[in-house]
Amino acid sequence: MLRASLRQVSAALKEGRVTPTELCQQCLSLIKGTKFLNAYITIAEETALKQAEASEERYKRGQPLGVLDGIPIAVKDNFNTAGIETTCASNMLRGYISPYNATVVQKLLDQGAVLLGKTNLDEFAMGSGSTDGVFGPVRNPWSYSRQYKEKSVPKSHSEDKESNWVITGGSSGGSAAAVSSFTCFAALGSDTGGSTRNPAAHCGVVGLKPTYGLISRHGLIPLVNSMDVPGILTRCVDDAAVVLGSLAGHDPKDSTTIQDNFKPFELPNLTDVSKLSIGIPKEYHVPGLSGEILALWSKAADLFQNAGAKVVEVTLPHTRYSIVCYHVLCTAEVASNMARFDGLEYGHRSDMNESTESMYAATRREGFNDVVRGRILSGSYFLLKQNYEKYFVKAQKVRRLIANDFVKVFRSGVDVLLTPTTLSDAAPYKEFIKEDNRTRSAQNDILTQAANMAGLPAINVPTALSERGLPVGLQFIGRSFQEQQLLTVAKWFEKQVQFPMIQLEEVKGHDRDVFQHKKSASFS
Amino acid sequence: MRALALARWVRAWRVPARGHSGHGGHGAHRPPPQQKVSVEVLDHLEHLALVDFRDSEGVERLQKAIEFADQLHEVNTDGVEPMDSVLEDRCLYLREDDVTEGNCTKELLQNAREKVEEYFVAPPGNIPLPKLEERDTFLQGS
Repeated sequence: MLRASLRQVSAALKEGRVTPTELCQQCLSLIKGTKFLNAYITIAEETALKQAEASEERYKRGQPLGVLDGIPIAVKDNFNTAGIETTCASNMLRGYISPYNATVVQKLLDQGAVLLGKTNLDEFAMGSGSTDGVFGPVRNPWSYSRQYKEKSVPKSHSEDKESNWVITGGSSGGSAAAVSSFTCFAALGSDTGGSTRNPAAHCGVVGLKPTYGLISRHGLIPLVNSMDVPGILTRCVDDAAVVLGSLAGHDPKDSTTIQDNFKPFELPNLTDVSKLSIGIPKEYHVPGLSGEILALWSKAADLFQNAGAKVVEVTLPHTRYSIVCYHVLCTAEVASNMARFDGLEYGHRSDMNESTESMYAATRREGFNDVVRGRILSGSYFLLKQNYEKYFVKAQKVRRLIANDFVKVFRSGVDVLLTPTTLSDAAPYKEFIKEDNRTRSAQNDILTQAANMAGLPAINVPTALSERGLPVGLQFIGRSFQEQQLLTVAKWFEKQVQFPMIQLEEVKGHDRDVFQHKKSASFS
Repeated sequence: MRALALARWVRAWRVPARGHSGHGGHGAHRPPPQQKVSVEVLDHLEHLALVDFRDSEGVERLQKAIEFADQLHEVNTDGVEPMDSVLEDRCLYLREDDVTEGNCTKELLQNAREKVEEYFVAPPGNIPLPKLEERDTFLQGS
């Protein structure tokens, strides 16, 4: 049952084939069984069971609140959740119990969803590996899959299986791992530079970054106000559309949400792609892109062309500067956003009591890790009076050029862009930590963050397994606020590639599948 | 068959000759290496951000970050307006100036460590951070 999609399990709940409390208990039990993944920081067992019981009552009366009623979900730990600890994987917020629910969390709860817990991330969502939080790194469930194990060459007897686990990608790694390991049916992440799509690609799940302004950011602890969006992680594109339907829309508490009326939609089953125009941005063929992914990207382009779609090469000339631009704007906004953490009203507070300033300084020294401090200092440098024009304003100008690139391409008739999501499949943790956070982010965000610059919607669709047996995904970028078109194309593609289901080996006693999962032919 | 299909797409792309890996470098237009940031500026940053560099690695990180950011100067942005937000073409939403929520003093005070009645308690203000020479900071030795 846990391997089903959100829509399937929702139907099962409606028909009474399973109850919300059974579902909740199975998920909680699986979370315990997959503790080694370190995907969850906080498990809200009591409240989850209460929510499940309330949902069960509603189903008994024949009055479920909607498709999401009774569905177990997980939320990234940088969303405020009333009564539940919200830490952002940082010492600064350890022990912080939010007094309110983020709007997106509230919307899910209002629909009857069961909140299982808060998932692990990079500290304050800064990172591309989910390795830099204070609660430790998140392990990719695929490290424990038969597909990965079959392909790994056993090096020696002394090297046990523990040591070559791979990362989830970041920063929403916990959410991606939670969805990928079947402990929940959907999870919320956040996406500032690719933080939802990157782990989605590495964990073989669907990761949707909606258009900036579509979903409320109220309650999402901000990183970069002009680029953050809540992200949605699910196991299939239809599920992502369902969750999007319940989250999108204007929020009076977030003035950056647009006021247009949002109508939730069902995705059509596209059969004719001949009217579609797919753009292949040539600048996304970056050095460092693995041969495997390049081949997969090319195959995908062929797939569309053979099905009758118009596939064209397009150019986004400022692509190579987008990561630099992001670097400046991100650190600058971070320097500003992190200023709120002073220990006075919430969060960690140092014992230093000599003066306000020294208390603030000590609190922040104790609360933030190297990555966060590094970004704050870099950002402060770029915002110095003597550097403001040179760096910050310059980056804002480059941002306009990048956004204009996309406008030009979409104006020329392209409907959706097709690009890789990551440079390669998931790296082993031991390899990943050889370089520092900033270098890794600069490398890994390269393909995903231009969409954040321009505020465009983008989605990662798991495509195939790599030579090492790990998931690889491809990214579709759509026009602003055209999620329906984007998801329709993504759904068509998902159907064509038939990405294989993970065969998790480490978990015992959880295989009470109601739904048979067929071993379908894979795309690679 | 597969090789041909790949070649059709790959041939059309101009693969950049130089390595990228996030460290910049585009031939003739590369700006001269950045001068090291002075201790005064580093101290100033620590004061402004109320965050410390902690060790030489921290300072190195800043240097590298500046070097990385310098690539921006290769782009010609004459006549380009800075972009604050992708939603700049829309009007900001303003709601009615009515009080719709509040009365949550207890909840808000719950998370503070030091409080007295309904006040957050802070140590005395208006005392500047000690100067570089007197402070316990890594930068002292620089």
